[in-house]
Amino acid sequence: MSDVTDTNLPSPEGEADIIDTDYEVGQDNITPKVGPFNLDIHNPVFAISGLTVVAFTFLTLAFQESAGPIFEGLRDWLIGSLDWFFLSSANVFVILCIALIVSPLGRVRIGGTDATPDYSYLSWFSMLFAAGMGIGLVFFGVSEPISHYESAFGGISSEAGARVDWAPLGGAEGDVEAARALGMAATIFHWGLHPWAIYAIVALSLALFAYNKGLPLTMRSVFYPILGERVWGWPGHVIDILAAFATLFGLATSLGFGAEQANAGLAFLFGIPDGNAAKVILIIAITGVAIVSVVRGMDGGVKRLSEFNMILAALLLLFIVLAGPTLAILTGFVSNLLAYGGELLPLSNPIGREDDNFREGWTAFYWAWWISWSPFVGMFIARVSRGRTVREFLVSVLLIPSLVSVFWMTAFGGTAISQIVTDGVVAVADAPLELKLFVMLDGLPLTAITSFVGIILVIVFFVTSSDSGSLVIDTITAGGKVDAPVSQRIFWCTFEGLVAIALLLGGGLAALQAMAVSTGFPFTIVLLAACYALVKGLLDEPR
Amino acid sequence: MFSKIMVPVDLGHLETLAPALEEAGRLAAWHGAALCYVGVTAATPGPLGHTPKEFAARLDAFAAGEGARCGRPASGHAIISHDPAVDLNHRLIDAIRETGADLVVMGSHRPGWAEHIFSSHAGYVASHAPISVMVIR
Repeated sequence: MSDVTDTNLPSPEGEADIIDTDYEVGQDNITPKVGPFNLDIHNPVFAISGLTVVAFTFLTLAFQESAGPIFEGLRDWLIGSLDWFFLSSANVFVILCIALIVSPLGRVRIGGTDATPDYSYLSWFSMLFAAGMGIGLVFFGVSEPISHYESAFGGISSEAGARVDWAPLGGAEGDVEAARALGMAATIFHWGLHPWAIYAIVALSLALFAYNKGLPLTMRSVFYPILGERVWGWPGHVIDILAAFATLFGLATSLGFGAEQANAGLAFLFGIPDGNAAKVILIIAITGVAIVSVVRGMDGGVKRLSEFNMILAALLLLFIVLAGPTLAILTGFVSNLLAYGGELLPLSNPIGREDDNFREGWTAFYWAWWISWSPFVGMFIARVSRGRTVREFLVSVLLIPSLVSVFWMTAFGGTAISQIVTDGVVAVADAPLELKLFVMLDGLPLTAITSFVGIILVIVFFVTSSDSGSLVIDTITAGGKVDAPVSQRIFWCTFEGLVAIALLLGGGLAALQAMAVSTGFPFTIVLLAACYALVKGLLDEPR
Repeated sequence: MFSKIMVPVDLGHLETLAPALEEAGRLAAWHGAALCYVGVTAATPGPLGHTPKEFAARLDAFAAGEGARCGRPASGHAIISHDPAVDLNHRLIDAIRETGADLVVMGSHRPGWAEHIFSSHAGYVASHAPISVMVIR
């Protein structure tokens, strides 16, 4: 027996409950040669995923008049009619995560009893945030607290017995402090335990079934306890294709909108013209850097960029705390946490509520959105989480990121609300969504530097989503192999940029983003099944 | 002259490796050298093993078979990488130090125009290894 020598990775293993299947990872793969490039792709997942994306893009561009209403109608119907389903499911995910933390199952170690972690805490956290939430925190950190504060302050209004306001719960009409607390609680609710529980469930089940059970690192493996060997056939193909589809459109539409927002920011700050040329250049630049990152690989590219941006984000956060209302932010952290704790149950309640607009348009929409991103973020988190125990994993993926979200929202949103309430500055409230961060920074010293940092942060977070997303799609469409030829990840990264450019120029970003969010519905069912598989899988593991 | 010959192998594509394996065996016999077969895997399940341990066992079995065939002492050396498709070249250079080899014998395909963008593994190792490298085409 040779020594498994290795400079970065410790020898893994110890006991684990390997699933005995005749399926060999990559057995359905084909290895065609396209020009000078050798490929190693899953048949038929690669081809169908790629062709479906092309087909949807063309159909949306060709039938713009009807595509928009159909896809957006589908999304609105889902979040309007099935809001109770999204809310209840997300509650199940949070409860299961917390139950696993305190139960003896928390002692199970990903990768076997003797496995040790692949990545340090700092690298791990950086990658968690950079893949799945960084970009959202930067964009909505200022705008969402203001929205909820204002709608709560405005109070409730009804027409024909139904509420037409957007206030969370019962609102807080005319009461500044109550509206502030409710606004912050509602924001934190959307960025706290629930989204991270969604990511954690997907990530933990994938990590368990790959590192402990020996199944390929791809969405379908989670269904093994339910479907058995059938998971390698069409039921599994469909799950993987849907995951690749949701990830690609989720990323491409975000990239398209992100380019619009970054362009608006650059126009506001530096007077760069706001037009399609600038946006296309931004998409090409972001995609270009992402390609460099995937070619440099997990350690040389993805990890380093994530760490770089995490440090940049931490510096900006520190600056806001010091230059903004320091005491208010620090005390706000505690009071917002308490407000979140106090409103958590009413906000999570799926039935018997009257705040229809808020519950459907905000909460259910967010849950569908997080869930549609969960195959991508979950799979990426799974890949980097070997060697952690279930308890360590959940504390680190659920509780600590939630606390970071609370602090971030308190600093960015709290400062903006203070500008409105205390200083009477309404510029932030009046600014369009994509500029709110920069207008808020305008009210603090060193605007030129901080705004520049803000723009870099936004752009690099897009790169870190794009590179990790391309790796995930590549792994899914290579049947769970992480060592497929590098040209494949370059292909997906480029493809994503091209789809974003086509949708940006042709119109259709909103329609296909609605489509991507709608995949949150089938994935909610996938996630509920994953909960069952996860518990069943954990029970079989040595603890 | 040489005492330990390192032979990088891709257990998934052994058919392309035959010339390199043959030559490594001959050189080992000629120099009275030991053979060390190096394979790189990811920690995630792959075609060559559900776990890195299984991969290592497979590599060892392969090394034992080759050693018996060539009549030379042989060992396996499994390397686990976060991202084998990218890290392979660097990890092979690391493996030279880890195994204490003084000669690398490795197979390579005929270079095409793709080599202008991505250097072949053998090309990279030949350019960066501190010891002699024999590339078999």
